[in-house]
Amino acid sequence: MSTGIGARVTRKEDKRFITGKGKYTDDVRTENQAYAAFVRSPHAHANVKGIDASAAVAMDGVIDVLNGQQLTGDGIGNIICGWAISSKDGSPMNMGAWSALATDKVRYVGDAVAIVIAETQALARIAAEMVEVDYEELPAVAASDKALADGAPQVHENAPGNLIYDFEIGEADATDAALAGAAHVTELSLTNNRLSPNAMEPRSAVATFDEAEDHYTLYTTSQNPHLARLVLSAFYQVAPEHKLRVIAPDVGGGFGSKIFIYPEEIACLWASMKTNRSVKWTSDRSEAFITDAHGRDHISTAKMGFDANGKIVGLKVDTIANLGAYMSLFSSAVPTYLYATLLSGQYDISNIHCNVRTVYTNTVPVDAYRGAGRPEACFVMERMMETAAREMGMDPAELRRANFVQEFPHQTPVIMAYDAGDFSANLTQAMEAANVSGFAARKEEAATRGKLRGIGYSSYIEACGIAPSAAVGSLGAGVGLWESAEVRVNPVGTIEVLTGSHSHGQGHETTFAQIVAERFDLPIENVQIVHGDTDKVQFGMGTYGSRSAAVGMSAIVKAMDKVEAKVKKIAAHVLEASEDDIVIEGGEVKVAGTDKAMGWHEVGLSAYTAHNLPPDMEPGLKEGAFYDPANFTFPAGTYICEVEVDPETGATDVVQFTASDDFGTIINPMIVEGQVHGGIAQGIGQAMLEQVVYDDDGQLINGSYMDYAMPRAADLPDYSVHHASTTCPNNPLGVKGCGEAGAIGSPPAVINAITDAIGTNNLAMPATPQAVWNAIQAAM
Amino acid sequence: MDMTGSYRISATRETVWAALNDVEVLKLCIPGCEEIERTSPTTMTAKVVQKIGPVKAKFDGAIKLLNIDAPASYTIKGEGQGGVAGFAKGGADVTLSEEEGETILEFTAKAQVGGKLARLGSRLIDATAKKVATKFFDNFHDHLTDKDPPGN
Repeated sequence: MSTGIGARVTRKEDKRFITGKGKYTDDVRTENQAYAAFVRSPHAHANVKGIDASAAVAMDGVIDVLNGQQLTGDGIGNIICGWAISSKDGSPMNMGAWSALATDKVRYVGDAVAIVIAETQALARIAAEMVEVDYEELPAVAASDKALADGAPQVHENAPGNLIYDFEIGEADATDAALAGAAHVTELSLTNNRLSPNAMEPRSAVATFDEAEDHYTLYTTSQNPHLARLVLSAFYQVAPEHKLRVIAPDVGGGFGSKIFIYPEEIACLWASMKTNRSVKWTSDRSEAFITDAHGRDHISTAKMGFDANGKIVGLKVDTIANLGAYMSLFSSAVPTYLYATLLSGQYDISNIHCNVRTVYTNTVPVDAYRGAGRPEACFVMERMMETAAREMGMDPAELRRANFVQEFPHQTPVIMAYDAGDFSANLTQAMEAANVSGFAARKEEAATRGKLRGIGYSSYIEACGIAPSAAVGSLGAGVGLWESAEVRVNPVGTIEVLTGSHSHGQGHETTFAQIVAERFDLPIENVQIVHGDTDKVQFGMGTYGSRSAAVGMSAIVKAMDKVEAKVKKIAAHVLEASEDDIVIEGGEVKVAGTDKAMGWHEVGLSAYTAHNLPPDMEPGLKEGAFYDPANFTFPAGTYICEVEVDPETGATDVVQFTASDDFGTIINPMIVEGQVHGGIAQGIGQAMLEQVVYDDDGQLINGSYMDYAMPRAADLPDYSVHHASTTCPNNPLGVKGCGEAGAIGSPPAVINAITDAIGTNNLAMPATPQAVWNAIQAAM
Repeated sequence: MDMTGSYRISATRETVWAALNDVEVLKLCIPGCEEIERTSPTTMTAKVVQKIGPVKAKFDGAIKLLNIDAPASYTIKGEGQGGVAGFAKGGADVTLSEEEGETILEFTAKAQVGGKLARLGSRLIDATAKKVATKFFDNFHDHLTDKDPPGN
């Protein structure tokens, strides 16, 4: 059976995962292990007048209690946002200071004020209860529109009116003129609900300071350990990079929430030095709700103008994005360059203007969560298209098709240049697979059972393969977004691939090995993927933004090109042939058209014995490469959702969900389908179940699985997943990325289906039975 | 949510008023009250154990008497820190009126929680607060009208 590109290879990593042998951060136990618990603010906004830790420190087994004054006193720097966004008037964003442990003020429920180090985890938690903090409560604000209101409580002094920046993209005047001349204008107000990421493995950190070597080791639940080390060194001044090793071992899901460098890792590293103990902290689920960066939380108004033939003439969007109490690592980029740049959707639109105001509130920081900006853009676009079709009495599929971009490359008015796609092919494939022509009969049959059946479309596009370094640099990114790889052929011919990508559920150990097995025609078992350790992999940018295939694998391909060239040189020398005649196949390196051949392992051995190499060749067989993408990649597709609503209760079943995706080249269809399944589950979760709720005082009131509804198997249909692909012209494998598409494309398909079923468009996410029932009642 | 209630107590308004200002009576009547100590004519400190939803916490709190219009009305306010469980705050406006030698006690109470209590117990806070307020005034009524004071 083939194990190369396109093969459904079962996952190499699953043996350890399904037998309970995975090694996660919390599994790490060092000598001299101590445990940390954080003292966290129960108030959304308060001055810290004093901290009395005497009772805690006096407890047997409590090693120390450390606070923010000590932390900043030791020179530990403030937490940064890594992407500078300017307001439309040219002024820089108003970033407030964020110390890993609050010094004089707390700004959200969960803001840490002290770290307790004790001999056991239980003791640390009990001692944390004994720390008395004198809070002077201040008025708080949780909702983004209220934060912008006159007289709202100020979260940070240097962000007047809580406005972080007032950003725009596109041409305002031209768009206004286009809308003024439109034959029809569709208007909607839309809310993109705040979500909690809920990775299966909670965040954790184990920090160890080696006094003799003046060296730190940090095990942490990170999607990008190298970026963590860079930021911990350069900005937080924990230790210089050569004195800090960061290891992200097995990580149980991230969805973006493990990109960022959080206060806990910083505090644990610093505390390990202060106490000269190895310090371990592991979040519990309740703590995760108030410390893991949340996602989404946009409110938008949008206007889309059409000419008499249904051609879009202009789109104007005004968005307020809630960034929470502090600016997390990529928070500024998510509602701007990852959102507003996708507001052309799959459509050829000449005039687009989007204004985005981001605001501080007394809530958990908001940052990238699966899709990061693109789900919000897709929700605006696809709710608008479906609504416009209904208003104009047009078929929603045909309205989309009539506006699709047909020719590539296509430059949108909002920066992005789409490189390839066949949007109509995906729409057609999805409609056929969903048997759209039979929908009327299904609706009629559902009615006999008292159910309202509805159908909804979503034709999404996203930008991933993040990202061309020079382009993002010009937009304010603080780092380049290339990737690195090193391919090491051992003397016995087995291969280790070191990658800067990080796998936390994506199956890289399998898919990355597939492209190596294919290239060198070797058993996949002979290939090992190494990642997640700054002592092993020199540098890398990690995994997020569906970048590992398009950027990470491309770096591996570049390194393999170099290995292949050297292998051919060695073989040509040994076999006394021309390099151009050397072929690699079947575990051998051969001279084409002859019976002269060396075993693959013999080439490896030759490279390391160096007994007979070309005169100018260095020994060894190890090549590295850095790959910087030329463009984003643009996965796209159409999702069609069918629902049945019980009008008496509002209870809604997703009865059919069909996906047609264009992910470019597919390395492992089984893994890709798994990614799509998971993404759609999260999208249906957002559309129908999930929402973080804050009360007016800034208290998060649904911080457990009793009150925060996660999607479960019984909430989800048997998906019908299909592919109609075009090749990405901008990377060597032609891949586009598949990690986020499901979560990006599905929410509008679900809401479009439910609103179709109930005959009223006024329905916000999450469409709980109560919300659906209320919408039905309001429309009566 | 505002909770309201009304009790008819067979005692004079002066007796009821005195009891409302008696630390020992408050200790017996506040559900879960383990300690209470007067720190001034209008302030007290207290330790109260309460279970709200899945969270049981001991609150170190302060009680204040405000808006005193003896013997007709006052506002009693309590605020407690429950460690990592968060905090709880509550208060009641209490008015006393005379009717045929007996006293009509009316109250309007509200409660608020923060931190873990809010995160895990918000669904239950209104019900719990109502239970606590009702229990307090039930206890208070029984204390003034029954032989056996509550808590025995």
